[in-house]
Amino acid sequence: MPQTFQKSSNSSLIEIENLHAGYNGEVVLQDINFTIQEGDFIGLIGPNGGGKTTLLKIILGLLTPKKGRISVMGKLPQDGRQHIGYVPQFADFDSDFPISVRDVVRMGRLSGKRLFKRLNSEDDAIVEDRLDWVDMRDHIDRSLKELSGGQRQRVYIARALATDPKILMLDEPTNSVDYESRTKIYDLLHTINEQGITILMVSHDLNVISSYVKTIGCLNRQMHYHSEKEITAEMFNAAYDCPVELIAHGLPHRVLAEHKEAR
Amino acid sequence: MVELLSYGFMRNALMAGVLVSLACGIIGTLVVLKRMVFISGGVAHTAYGGVGMAFYFGVNPVLGAVVFSLLASFLMGYVQRQTRQRQDTLIGVMWAIGMAIGIIFADLTPGYKADLMSYLFGSILAVTNADLWLMLVIDLLVIGLVIAFYKELQASAFDETFSRVRNLPVDFLYLVLITMIGLVVVMMMRVVGLIMIIALLTVPAAIGSLFLKDMKHIMGLSTVLSLVFTSGGLLISYFFNLTSGATIILFAGGAYLAALVLHRFCRRCPNA
Repeated sequence: MPQTFQKSSNSSLIEIENLHAGYNGEVVLQDINFTIQEGDFIGLIGPNGGGKTTLLKIILGLLTPKKGRISVMGKLPQDGRQHIGYVPQFADFDSDFPISVRDVVRMGRLSGKRLFKRLNSEDDAIVEDRLDWVDMRDHIDRSLKELSGGQRQRVYIARALATDPKILMLDEPTNSVDYESRTKIYDLLHTINEQGITILMVSHDLNVISSYVKTIGCLNRQMHYHSEKEITAEMFNAAYDCPVELIAHGLPHRVLAEHKEAR
Repeated sequence: MVELLSYGFMRNALMAGVLVSLACGIIGTLVVLKRMVFISGGVAHTAYGGVGMAFYFGVNPVLGAVVFSLLASFLMGYVQRQTRQRQDTLIGVMWAIGMAIGIIFADLTPGYKADLMSYLFGSILAVTNADLWLMLVIDLLVIGLVIAFYKELQASAFDETFSRVRNLPVDFLYLVLITMIGLVVVMMMRVVGLIMIIALLTVPAAIGSLFLKDMKHIMGLSTVLSLVFTSGGLLISYFFNLTSGATIILFAGGAYLAALVLHRFCRRCPNA
């Protein structure tokens, strides 16, 4: 993994051009143009139903767009997605499933190419290493259902890291997680990004997001993204269609004022 | 007790219990964890249509059941995968239509039809050597497939989206699983009858998942529990002259209630 990384490097990992998507005649995404540069840490915000999850599904090749072009690592999403470490939304699966932390992270070592092969000691070493990263190594033999929300989320991040991803993609990683764990997760993501892994994160957590991410995109059917960290009032109004009080006097300043040293 | 084993039908019945328990414990665990209980019930009842048709055309009912339950498996699997809404309605309708087809074909079949009842309520005492061989083949197939795809089955049962992103053959695995359900349903039909299959398929795994935290272990315990229920139920039914299938199910049901109570008062249990 590269220790240093130049933001000026021009390689784009995900390219989306003139993309349209929807379900049953309803337009969810309209003319999306969006490029993810290597090394970026993008926070993607937007109202519920604004298409954030749909966009993630398209990038992951789980949903076919109606129109437009998308490439992941220069390939079709179905081929490129092996380079994406995906951390799904918390509510997406059965929290009662009997599975150990170790087996969850081992899932990250599985792939379509290794069907009849057993996982080896190298895989086990990677599993332990990634759990070390997220500070959950001590819990390796525990059952997932015994863990708190924040601990589980870190296990899912470890699972995504176990795939040796170029891009980490998270859908609302701090939903149903207490405040303290939240900070811990954001600090962790910051470290991961510094190791050279590009991050795309969907979040509602506006205030926190702004002090950790490098660039912010607003998605409400259309994408408002300028490869910058600033959210202009214009972007916000466009994304949310309504001048929200909290946002109007809270966010733009904070986004502008926070610097790296401030943390 | 020992003289029981001198009866050929009793030896076959106990052997059938062992063979059915192996597949039932393994597949039942996947059914419970993947929440496919209702689909399995649907497959079991639809299979009756095959039994009725086989009677009418004078072929082996087991063959009819295999064909119908596999067709039902694929159809219901397809419905569950493709349709976003009302899947329970569709499965429920297929469930009833399968039964109805079986009954109509039984009506149309001239002559003695008491044997049809044995498919509804089971007849473990009438298990033939040929049945045992079929059960053994299904067992070997199930065990082989589950061992070959264990980690992928576990992954896709736990988190299908992530498995898809890892390019695991999620749809193929689903097809494999639903086929195995169809086959296991046919072998269980002989033991407890298709009306009560869901109970024997799910109760052992449900008890297992109360107390254990690993899918492999739940599969093991479920197999042991199925064996206890089938042979225990069989013995009880023999001594009290009761219907064996129903006795097995009541024994299993009683054990499940006991397990729920025990679990409530067990402080060290994983989900307590």
